Amino acid sequence: MTVNATTNEHVDLLIIGAGPAGMAAALAAAPRGLSIALLDDNPLPGGQIWRDGPNAQVPKQAQDMRGRLQGFSNIRLHSGCKVVALAGAKRLLLEDAERGWVLSYDSLILCTGARERLLPFPGWTLPGVTGAGGLQALIKGGLQVKDERIVIAGTGPLLLASSATAQKHGAEVVRVAEQASLSAVAGFAAGLWRWPNKAIQAITLASAAYRTSAHVLTALGTDRLEGVRIQVGDKIEELACERLACGFSLVPNVEIAQALGCTVRDQAVVVDEWQATRLPDHFAAGECTGFGGSELALVEGRIAGLVAVGERETARGLWAERLRWQGFADRLNTAFSLNPALKTLAAPETLVCRCEDVRYADLAGHGSWTGAKLATRCGMGACQGRICGTAAQTLFGWEPPLLRPPFSPARISTLACLDEGESV
Amino acid sequence: MSEAPTLQGHAADVIVIGGGIVGAACADELASQGLHVLVLDSQRPAATAAGMGHLVVLDHSAAELALGEYSVRAWCELAPQMPDDCAMRTNGTLWLACNEEEMAEAERKHAALREYGLACELLSGAELARAEPSLRSGLLGALKVSGDGILYAPNAARWLLQRQSSRVVQRQAEVVEVQGNRVRLASGEWLQAPAAVLASGIYARELCPDLPLQAKKGHLLITDRYPVQITHTLVELGYVTSAHKGNGPSVAFNVQQRPTGQLFIGSSRQFDNHDPEVDAAMLGRMLRRAMDFLPGLGDMTGLRSWTGFRSASPDGQPLIGEHPHQPGLWLAVGHEGLGVTTATGTARLLAAQLLRTPPPLDLEPYLPQRFIGARAHA
Repeated sequence: MTVNATTNEHVDLLIIGAGPAGMAAALAAAPRGLSIALLDDNPLPGGQIWRDGPNAQVPKQAQDMRGRLQGFSNIRLHSGCKVVALAGAKRLLLEDAERGWVLSYDSLILCTGARERLLPFPGWTLPGVTGAGGLQALIKGGLQVKDERIVIAGTGPLLLASSATAQKHGAEVVRVAEQASLSAVAGFAAGLWRWPNKAIQAITLASAAYRTSAHVLTALGTDRLEGVRIQVGDKIEELACERLACGFSLVPNVEIAQALGCTVRDQAVVVDEWQATRLPDHFAAGECTGFGGSELALVEGRIAGLVAVGERETARGLWAERLRWQGFADRLNTAFSLNPALKTLAAPETLVCRCEDVRYADLAGHGSWTGAKLATRCGMGACQGRICGTAAQTLFGWEPPLLRPPFSPARISTLACLDEGESV
Repeated sequence: MSEAPTLQGHAADVIVIGGGIVGAACADELASQGLHVLVLDSQRPAATAAGMGHLVVLDHSAAELALGEYSVRAWCELAPQMPDDCAMRTNGTLWLACNEEEMAEAERKHAALREYGLACELLSGAELARAEPSLRSGLLGALKVSGDGILYAPNAARWLLQRQSSRVVQRQAEVVEVQGNRVRLASGEWLQAPAAVLASGIYARELCPDLPLQAKKGHLLITDRYPVQITHTLVELGYVTSAHKGNGPSVAFNVQQRPTGQLFIGSSRQFDNHDPEVDAAMLGRMLRRAMDFLPGLGDMTGLRSWTGFRSASPDGQPLIGEHPHQPGLWLAVGHEGLGVTTATGTARLLAAQLLRTPPPLDLEPYLPQRFIGARAHA
């Protein structure tokens, strides 16, 4: 049996998510001496971009930030910890491997990041097919890819980053299929002189296997992946490979913000120039406010951390830097907007919901997410619709409903902590 | 959905408002009798999608027992034709007794159901432990009602609405006004038929404010999939003797394992609460109660929780029959937590009245007249 603490925890500032934004927020706020809790569902801070593991080489900047976090005795790091439910005003139910408990706070900064958008296509559920960021995470976590042939497909700079990681670990990247057109990618690259470090990254990541106006059609294989059929311009090519990694850009994680009552527009948390949401004492920073890369996340996190502890003037000094990285993010999002053809990849029998084995054809006749869910069980499995709900939003334009507790699967004994006796 | 233009004067033989389990059963029954039925549904969240799909015979009154027993029998007759996705099972209910008072209630219930001809038996504490080893030790015993079952109501409703498609036409539309056998849609369009049936559950009062219906909010939670560990639907007898007595918020242990392997956990009851959001404290209390009965539950993973509203009449029995003040408007509302169980019986009682055929049960206890006075003659 797991143990549930009956005593609750209180902090002045709670930060959810220990990626670049959350770490920066904690470091900016900490010198004022307030009690800070920084929580993240991964085993170590760093988020997706600075994910650690046996095969990971965490950048120096991330290592420095991690070291500085440890130097502050007023920052308590809760790793491997997830938010399960709201437990009243400024109270959240949390769970880690050992226990479930309620944490209350005065101020909150949401740095919940983003996740990969996975779109269904024939064969996408075969073993060997992963997300593009997913492949990176697996390699950092210890997956051996030496001498494997890998195809990477989807959109955005993440494809090149994933390709670079795979190559560094001995894989042969036989194709990087970017769905955006050459003119869009070239236009984006040409604008990079304004962000010199990004231009250097782009050059070092460039690959001879890179093709634009290219997207995956079918993953081939019976028991596991054996090859990929790809549309490249107006030609179709077939490549033999052991792995296929697909990422169709990132989707901000806005579920907790939405449950709290923050405004969400265009799938991102709405914040003002102080990184403040519409709720008093509730801030948001980083990818959950819109996809923009780690540099933007860092500066947003610093601003949020400063504002949360009342240092508005210092925060104002960072506005110019934020503006600069926002410009980069805007270019990125325009250049790599999704080609509508990607919505038509699924065949009638292609699974859209992997948890509950729901096919595209089972969903296509329905008018709404709720109607489809009730009829087909789509989204009722362990991922709680995070993957298929996002896919259905892209494919059918269905608005996913508000997240209800538990926000992610949680032990019943944790959920029972919501019981407040007879004071209902 | 029909593409043919509908005549305003005669949209169908009967218009059914509400395509939940009760409306679907009514439409299906009327179609079986040869009538053409138009079902209007607004696709709003409602009890059919929210509930546990527990087919259970209750006996708070003779009327409840009669309608429940007849209805579950009707479901069992339908079962062989139902598609797999309706997940119909006759798994039986175990009413659990924690103390002497509840064991006495089990014995009383046993005698009452036996007298009515239902298959049921009393289990000792040891027999109960053998039947359901996941339950905590020390329970006094249980009453097993063998004919009770479970089904997945959204798919059962859809099947009932689709299986006679030549006579049942569905249309997604919100009805905003009812005048006897005439209904006005949100679009402004008026539709008319010789009869209209109001089966919109919790929404019925929006169209008919004189209905004596009260919303009772409930919470549910479903777990991840697990190997079979519970075979019956488990309900505490406190459900009737203490937990849900009175008007305060209450919880009672009610668990079934779905054919998917997921544990489906209830129940809670709150009055005068119309907020569809999950009430965290209520959910916690309900789960705490469930853990009291199933000690292993604490380490299992909960996936989703949600709420629903039961539409309850003052005496707990549905209103089935013509509205006393509105000729042409027929009511099939007020089923509280038993809409799925009694949908089949409700449909047959309603059809018998509409078509003036002999009813299978005494109609009296379900007539709307018991709450809505007879029309004063001018």
